[in-house]
Amino acid sequence: MQTFNFLKPNRDNIKNYSIIGSFLVLVSLIDVISNAFLKINLTSFLPGSLTTLFPLIIGLIGLNMMRIDYSGNKTLDLLNKNINTNNFNALLTLLILFSIIKALPQSLSWMIFDATISGESKDACTGTGACWTYIKVWFRRFMYGMYPNEFHWRINTAFILVIALGFVGYFMKENLKKYLALYYVIIYPVIAYLVIYYLISGGSFGLQWVETGAWGGLSLTFIVSFFCLIFCFPLGMIFALGRRSNLPIIKYISICYIEFWRGVPLITVLFMSSVMFPMFLPEDFFMDKLVRVIIAITLFEAAYCAEVIRGGLQSLPRGQYDAAKSLGMGYWKMHIFVILPQALKLVIPGIANTFLALVKDTPLIFVVGLAELAGMLALAKTNPKWLGFAMEGYIFASIVFWIICYAMSKYSYNLEAKYKTER
Amino acid sequence: MSDPIIKIQNMNKWFGDFQVLKKINLEVEANKKIVVCGPSGSGKSTLIRCINRLEEHQEGDIIVDGNELSEKTKDIEKIRAEVGMVFQQFNLFPHLSILDNCTLAPIWVKKMPKKEAQELALDQLKKVQIDDQANKFPGQLSGGQQQRCAIARALCMQPKIMLFDEPTSALDPEMIKEVLDAMVSLAKGGMTMIVVTHEMGFAKEVADEVIFMDEGMIIEKADTKEFFANPKSDRTKLFLSQIL
Repeated sequence: MQTFNFLKPNRDNIKNYSIIGSFLVLVSLIDVISNAFLKINLTSFLPGSLTTLFPLIIGLIGLNMMRIDYSGNKTLDLLNKNINTNNFNALLTLLILFSIIKALPQSLSWMIFDATISGESKDACTGTGACWTYIKVWFRRFMYGMYPNEFHWRINTAFILVIALGFVGYFMKENLKKYLALYYVIIYPVIAYLVIYYLISGGSFGLQWVETGAWGGLSLTFIVSFFCLIFCFPLGMIFALGRRSNLPIIKYISICYIEFWRGVPLITVLFMSSVMFPMFLPEDFFMDKLVRVIIAITLFEAAYCAEVIRGGLQSLPRGQYDAAKSLGMGYWKMHIFVILPQALKLVIPGIANTFLALVKDTPLIFVVGLAELAGMLALAKTNPKWLGFAMEGYIFASIVFWIICYAMSKYSYNLEAKYKTER
Repeated sequence: MSDPIIKIQNMNKWFGDFQVLKKINLEVEANKKIVVCGPSGSGKSTLIRCINRLEEHQEGDIIVDGNELSEKTKDIEKIRAEVGMVFQQFNLFPHLSILDNCTLAPIWVKKMPKKEAQELALDQLKKVQIDDQANKFPGQLSGGQQQRCAIARALCMQPKIMLFDEPTSALDPEMIKEVLDAMVSLAKGGMTMIVVTHEMGFAKEVADEVIFMDEGMIIEKADTKEFFANPKSDRTKLFLSQIL
């Protein structure tokens, strides 16, 4: 005879048990939701602390009743496998769910229902919620920094041009495809530099000169990230190959370079580039602070890229080198056609990691007086007319950075999928 | 007797302190087929890898097609282009299609026009009967097909010498035959071949000479018939008795 266990279902009665179980979980959820959103305590008839524990206990019993090794029901099995493997996991699941439900109404009302977005000054923000008016008023500053308002079209045009030029590779004719790498490594950065120099800096073609000190906000984040990304990658590749070279001089130069830059913090590198570096230059030689900072970050990140790429080179089987050599390929042909295409494909996740870190490191340039997005926030929150809205600012910046970084990481997944071949 | 295309004299090679090849003397004439056999670790693979300088030897001379191989050799790539090699693990380039695997080196090393290279590649792929797979990637092919593609890839460079480093050792028994067939027809076409293999049937069928190696030395070198009919050294006899 089968021993009867009240809380343990078997395959025959799982249907009834799962119905009762999900009903109990539902009750617990309704209790928490009504508590959080409507401020009604459904279980006020229960004594003291039992009221707070009631949904937890009911939910646990419900989940316990649904737990079975294999039921045949897809949804139920998925649930049991992932969040309901034992009592402890069930408890954690419920606690997380309840905390989210409890926190939701407050954050929602702060961010949306009680928030203010109308008006042009701080006086508009009288409610208890967030003051998005602050973001609205400061929006142009957050995007373009201290760049004069009437010239913002120049930044926009420059960005559109640079992005359009970036897509040229897609539309290149078949017989020009072999120059693709040349285009992206050398020609494209140069053109992009010229576009940004002549459009954003100005000074010729009847455009008024705007010094880099006035640049700022998100557009500066983009400019710094853009140049650092496109320069640090090829540079890193060179040092990765250099470190694996058989020629001792090249090898040790590469090792010294990589170990030096990996050994110093970015913030000191930035200080060096903006404060110390000009002292070593001849007096009549001028290099813009922004350029110095971009070079510093590029050199810094190149060392990280180099190590990531070296990891990819290391992971290729020796047979690939043998095969390429046996076909009469020299060092460069072997690397360009056989080794690097495979190695770079392998390091896409690592490179994406480095690039994301780079983008998120750009706010550090604030320490040398360049105010990109996070830097502008820091300036705005200390503005005497707008004190006390740091929270809104940082939420805004987090969302912007999250969108950029998420787009980048999505793109890297796409690349991975695109270049995936079976071994 | 014509001049040998490969000439190895008193060659010694060490890996660190360990001497892998001891006093190797070998002459291979053009259009001859040599099979190298012996137990594993006897230096067979190292020997043929030395012939296209994938391994460097420390002492002695290796002369391939009139060019001496040493540190001073400038155009090692040119010599390698003349010497095709097929590996145990196929070593196809996994990021390129079968056709691109075959055309890569002719286009970039020999500067052949792309169209011509593709025609040549399809021709060679047809000879090993995988021209219908030309647009697939190596990962989508069976081991035997991959190895045949590797043979075609080496042949696309139109080499004077072909080296085979245990070409069938990583294959299923069923696929060994298709690869051996490709090699037999290549041999009948008059290619100079040095083959490291354990396939004694293949050796009997095509080889002009068989070399038996053990512990880094050439123990025995004889005409194929002679080698199998009455081997001279005891070591060879023991080896043959176990493998046949």
